[in-house]
Amino acid sequence: MNDKTAVAGDTRAASNEAALMPPVDVIEDSTGITLYADLPGVPRDKLNLHVEADTLTIEGEVGVATPPGMEASYAEVSLPRFRRVFTLSKELDTAKVSAELNQGVLKLRIPKAEHAQPRRVEIRVS
Amino acid sequence: MYRSLFPRDLFAELDVLQREMQQSFGLSPTIRGLGRGGFPALNVGGTPQTVELYAFAPGLDPATLEVDLDRGVLTIAGERKADIPATDDKAAVHINERFAGRFRRVATLPDDADPNGVSASYRDGVLHITVKRLEAAQPRRISVH
Repeated sequence: MNDKTAVAGDTRAASNEAALMPPVDVIEDSTGITLYADLPGVPRDKLNLHVEADTLTIEGEVGVATPPGMEASYAEVSLPRFRRVFTLSKELDTAKVSAELNQGVLKLRIPKAEHAQPRRVEIRVS
Repeated sequence: MYRSLFPRDLFAELDVLQREMQQSFGLSPTIRGLGRGGFPALNVGGTPQTVELYAFAPGLDPATLEVDLDRGVLTIAGERKADIPATDDKAAVHINERFAGRFRRVATLPDDADPNGVSASYRDGVLHITVKRLEAAQPRRISVH
């Protein structure tokens, strides 16, 4: 899994807008990859996950309600949008990606394809 | 542990640089520092009636969040558990950027903040704190007879 954020290779219109890069944890075990991403303030309906060929795009809009007439005086989350793009490798089964969003943390599970699962070769002694 | 919510936050890095430069030149920054960066990220805004604080702290149990107000200083503290498995598991950690551990952030409220008018809610990983301003400090128009 490679991080493509530095290379703005995506050509879709939405990705021309400036966005914050969410921090992630990526853990690989023998059956697949688990990705956690911090997307605070992103509700379920404003989270977009795309898998296109071997590219995974995580995109979310911050939907924090502010009272009318509020003037921001200080901001560390300076843009209302998160985006990060990853390149997936071939042995990952993109048809079986599962995602959960819980209190601003996205958990993605991408299993490895059947043929890429580790196998133990039985040796029969005759 | 100093770790920003955003791994490549240029402003947070500049801030660390500025603090180091101030130290080396023997200048004395304010006692609470500039405080930019760190976890959780903070946004602050205000209306004529309230002060609004947003702490971007995803993945927490709201019951474990501590919000204290003491003489105009608001403290947000808590702990975030790591999602990374213990090292003895047969798993490889490829990227590890998310904050884990105890955190504490402090914000100084303006003088007109009402210590009895604080409310907090936690939604989608954002802690929203509203502090009312004191009645006496609110702008009033004085009618001329």
